[in-house]
Amino acid sequence: MTTGTQKAQVAGPAGVPSAGGGRLASPAARLTGLGLVAVVALIFPLVFTNATISNIAVQTVIFIAVASAWNIFSGYSGYLSLGHAVFFGTGAYAVGIIARDANVTGDTVFALLPLAGLIAALVAVPLGLVALRVRRHTFVVITIAFFFIAQLTASNLAITGGSSGLLAPVPNWTAATFNNPFYYAGLLIAAATVALSAVIRRSRFGLQLRAIRDDEDRAVGLGVRAMPVKLTALVISAFVCGLAGGLWFYFIGQAFPQFVFDPLFDLAIALMAFFGGLGTVAGPVLGALVLEPTQLYLTLKLTNDYLSEILLGAVFLVVILFLPRGVLPTAAELAGRQRARWQRRGDRL
Amino acid sequence: MTVALRTEGIAKAFGGVQALSDATIEVEQASITGLIGPNGSGKTTLFNIITGYERPDAGAVYLHDRPITALSPQRVFAAGIGRTFQLTRIFPRLTVMENMLVAQQHGHRRRVSPLSRAGSQSDRQRAMAQLEFAGIAGQAGELAGTLSYGQRKLLELAYVLVADPGIVLLDEPAGGINPSLVGLIADRIRALNAAGVTFLIVEHNMEFVMSLCQHVTVLDYGTVVATGPPEVVRADPRVLDAYLGTGEDDQAEADEAEADEQSGQR
Repeated sequence: MTTGTQKAQVAGPAGVPSAGGGRLASPAARLTGLGLVAVVALIFPLVFTNATISNIAVQTVIFIAVASAWNIFSGYSGYLSLGHAVFFGTGAYAVGIIARDANVTGDTVFALLPLAGLIAALVAVPLGLVALRVRRHTFVVITIAFFFIAQLTASNLAITGGSSGLLAPVPNWTAATFNNPFYYAGLLIAAATVALSAVIRRSRFGLQLRAIRDDEDRAVGLGVRAMPVKLTALVISAFVCGLAGGLWFYFIGQAFPQFVFDPLFDLAIALMAFFGGLGTVAGPVLGALVLEPTQLYLTLKLTNDYLSEILLGAVFLVVILFLPRGVLPTAAELAGRQRARWQRRGDRL
Repeated sequence: MTVALRTEGIAKAFGGVQALSDATIEVEQASITGLIGPNGSGKTTLFNIITGYERPDAGAVYLHDRPITALSPQRVFAAGIGRTFQLTRIFPRLTVMENMLVAQQHGHRRRVSPLSRAGSQSDRQRAMAQLEFAGIAGQAGELAGTLSYGQRKLLELAYVLVADPGIVLLDEPAGGINPSLVGLIADRIRALNAAGVTFLIVEHNMEFVMSLCQHVTVLDYGTVVATGPPEVVRADPRVLDAYLGTGEDDQAEADEAEADEQSGQR
């Protein structure tokens, strides 16, 4: 019994190669990598002052946050949502409406973001209570339906400005560093979301979510209270999307129903998570880092706007066909196999 | 001789098929009770009703005289009834250890923050002891999906047991695994029973049932046709009739699970 217990402890943090299907790097290497990423992220706008690049950087950090938030719900619970634009758009409109009606401008608009997150989280509660009663394809279809309801509502209400949309207050920051406040606000949201995602993944709550993903009925039969667990994950996810949507609105400067509630947004964040590795912490980050700049760059460079969307679709196909588990889990498996090969070779010598 | 678990007049129909009608069974405290019957006789349906996965059309389930009819599965589990499934159900993309920890979420641990790390030191130690007992401790760090079918059965048994249920319902613990493993599982059940755990077992392997159970209840067409010690039940003409049939055995299966299992078994 004692040997087994010791084995279990080793299998946890130290990471036996087989644990969880292989790890890409040792804890020390991870920590160093994390530090490097943090430094690069912090000094990025100081090094690249070009407005085009910093514009792409702002949208990339926003999508890191949103893709990670989507993954906290969909990646961990297995309930694939194609309606997260509802929360993103709700956040955008919340900031827009409050800023317009309460005459909020400048830095103070950032203070509205938590409120935007809260409103999006509130919207998620009734949606979740309805949609989370069904599973799989039915769930996906219901989230799409919610998406269209939100879009139609936004185009027809007076408070949202209808189809003529909303304008954000224009900040009076100096042109040279205009994008920086947006970038750092986005970076803060992204970093907090990724940290939360990591904490959730190894927590009791995260374990319950992943058990639901694997076999919900079995999990329920082992005492997991499925509905509250799923709903909490959805609400957390919606909160971050609301925050990010509010920031995005302030950055872009306007909100129209068809752009704020954009079906491509839903596909893009799902693709980012799938690309990097669904249900992993780093996967959606990698996905957003690769796909968002690529897409924005292509939209800028190619005069034909649709070409980037076609390419996005092509990437989706390639990922589903060749990397169904995503880049990171596949890379981890290959690394584990390679390590095992070296070990065998070492044993023979 | 107290009754730990009792169902009274359970009826359940799926469309036009009467899966159970007036099913009344008793499981004695600290016994190993067998529940047998031909395919489609309603054994799994009865399990599903006891554990809250399905609601009966009529009748009641009592746990130590406390009605637990139609409680949700997580409440039935919290009340101390654990079960395994006929088609073994584990969490394939969680590690074996994580599978064990899922079952340890209820009860006094509710006060612990949900964001704290899954599995306290003591939870992990208890889980490890169960895995030792099941003989799969060496695989604690592996993904459960990589286990063999027999190991999955052992894992499912282990994570049901880690929550210390007073009553354990096993749906075909010996189905589809090799004979030596069947012996191992029988030994585990005997050892746990000696420690006071009550078992209700659905099983087609007659040798397994007759050697293990002190008490056997036979279901046919959703009703109890015989109940008693194995040697008495074995000789009962109604049981022979139910098993060997009177030529009308092509009766449609009462529930799908049993139909699935039929193809797996033969």
